[in-house]
Amino acid sequence: MIKIEDLHKSYVMGSNSLHVLKGIDFNVKEGELVSIMGSSGSGKSTLLNILGMLDEADEGSYVLDGVPIKNLNEKVAAQYRNKFLGFIFQSFNLINYKNAVDNVAMPLYYQGIKRKERMDKAMHYLEKVGLAQWATHLPSELSGGQKQRVAIARALASDPKVLLADEPTGALDTKTSYEVMELIQGINDEGKTILVVTHEPDIAEMTKRIVNLKDGRIIDDTVVKQVIAKSYV
Amino acid sequence: MFNKERWAEIIEALNANRFRTILTAFGVFWGILILVLLLAMTTGLRNGVTSDFGDFATNSLFMWGQGTSKPYKGLPKGRRVQFKLEDVAVLKEKLPELKYVSPRNQLGGYQGANNVTRNEKTGAFSVSGDYPEFIKQQPMDIMAGRFISYSDINEKRKAAVIGKDVVKALYDYGEDPIGTYIKINGVNFMVVGTFKSTNSNGDNEEDANTIFIPFTTFGQAFNRADNVGWMAITAHDNYSITNLKPQIIDIMKTQRSIHPDDRRAIGNFDRAEAFGRINGLFDILTLVGYVVGALILLSGVIGISNIMLIVVKERTKEIGVRRALGATPWNIRLQILQESMVLTMISGMLGIAAASGGIWLMNFFLGPSGSVENFANPSVHVSVAFVALIILIVSGLLAGLIPATRATQMKPIDALRIE
Ligand SMILES: Nc1ncnc2c1ncn2[C@@H]1O[C@H](COP(=O)(O)OP(=O)(O)OP(=O)(O)O)[C@@H](O)[C@H]1O
Ligand SMILES: [Mg+2]
Repeated sequence: MIKIEDLHKSYVMGSNSLHVLKGIDFNVKEGELVSIMGSSGSGKSTLLNILGMLDEADEGSYVLDGVPIKNLNEKVAAQYRNKFLGFIFQSFNLINYKNAVDNVAMPLYYQGIKRKERMDKAMHYLEKVGLAQWATHLPSELSGGQKQRVAIARALASDPKVLLADEPTGALDTKTSYEVMELIQGINDEGKTILVVTHEPDIAEMTKRIVNLKDGRIIDDTVVKQVIAKSYV
Repeated sequence: MFNKERWAEIIEALNANRFRTILTAFGVFWGILILVLLLAMTTGLRNGVTSDFGDFATNSLFMWGQGTSKPYKGLPKGRRVQFKLEDVAVLKEKLPELKYVSPRNQLGGYQGANNVTRNEKTGAFSVSGDYPEFIKQQPMDIMAGRFISYSDINEKRKAAVIGKDVVKALYDYGEDPIGTYIKINGVNFMVVGTFKSTNSNGDNEEDANTIFIPFTTFGQAFNRADNVGWMAITAHDNYSITNLKPQIIDIMKTQRSIHPDDRRAIGNFDRAEAFGRINGLFDILTLVGYVVGALILLSGVIGISNIMLIVVKERTKEIGVRRALGATPWNIRLQILQESMVLTMISGMLGIAAASGGIWLMNFFLGPSGSVENFANPSVHVSVAFVALIILIVSGLLAGLIPATRATQMKPIDALRIE
């Protein structure tokens, strides 16, 4: 599903250049649930953003579901993001003046889907995350966990190939974190490929494979026995 | 492009900071208000001034004889030039471009002595000897009966067509003047028609104070023979009376044995030229109105542009999120453009509405007769609404252009990183 080879990324600030990713080789197969760990500043988010086509690598190759991702113009990148990827952010990033169901429907809007169908689909995914009765509530009326569920429903709405989550539980308490992980595991069980960036070992253990990043290199990549989140909830 | 969803979204976005939105909108509201009011006032002035011209056919020339300034063919200098009826026929024959050549004679008139009586009632009116065509040059509403006819002319009938004010002065209320007799300078005339002026603006009292009688009857009854006091000449629509003027005057010089270089012998008033001059003046005023209004509007537009820049900055993160979800740069640009367009259009429409209200009030207080000198019926043509609309659309686009470009300049990842 994801194939990257010798990926490099530097941030240039004035005359300084910070080499953040120093040759990443990394493959993810369909249906995997991978966590990316590493200390702060190790380049986890940078990697995920490149995978998410929000940023571009300086060197190396990236193939997503057989499509080479290289020198895309913004329009094509936007279309690929819409079609292939779902994003889950640490700070939820819901649009605060739109209610839950409208937030979920956003990716469908950019697909040009008609309103009626869009709303039906959005409601379907809200139901999936257990928030159907909150459909007309604004984000400000939801708890952190609920917001993240709405965000997950939004990420799922366009039925992407891969979900990318950057510290999805970073702003949540332990119990809520586990609930969110339970949801993510459920989605993975249905066959969706998911990458989760985290620095919490207990969250990482709830995935099926842990990739460890240090100073822009993968130092460890192990398949683990998945801890079922439900048992903690 | 503007589906229901987009509308809701635009309204949401504008509502998010309502007070600021209203303040911003006021700039454009004010600009377009001033623009439309300026144009309406210009029209008011134009109406006021041109109504003094009456509604006599524009493409016309009035011409009369004066004293010669050069001796010619044994005739002395200082001789009074007298037009004759035969000159009319010659003019018509030699210049087929002319639509009407009306010889006229007049007596009495404004503040003259009493010259018309009926039973015990008397009045001072302007009495005019005319041909039937005259009503085509000087439109008037026939209220009852008819205007002078060719049989009146040919048979030199003592027929009279009298103005509304003449009726008022000589008849009791409700009395039917048609068929009755009035005495003009002691000669009996039968009233065959009554009229009022077509337009009640300005100084048309004089028209309503006039009595028309057949030109031939006038000549006979008041001893003018076939003398012509002056001529009212109108050219066909596709010819300019101003261009024909030299030929007309040359023909008259030949007719009346005037030295070809004598520039004083024939007096004229070229309505088309005078009208054109005044209209030109008002065209310039209108242009000034547009320019001043547009400049005021421009500051409103800059205000909107400014606020949209702030909106874009405030919503950097939202824009980043939208792009992560699949919004193309064009989607984002369109959104910003639409918001600035809607803001501009709504405030502009309100401005136009307010201006219409203002124009209505002005008309209401001015009254139909125009109580203010040289100012009547301020209004704007429908085309102004269209022009204003186009100006607004262009303004909205201009106002949104820079903010829209700014909105997509940032990489999505940088936009997302903003807190
Ligand atoms: N836009 C940027 N410009 C300059 N430097 C950046 C930028 N983004 C990240 N960096 C730097 O690159 C390095 C890696 O950042 P990254 O965000 O990938 O770390 P991370 O592993 O996600 O850390 P954390 O766990 O704190 O989120 C850091 O040293 C960071 O300061
Ligand atoms: Mg990070």
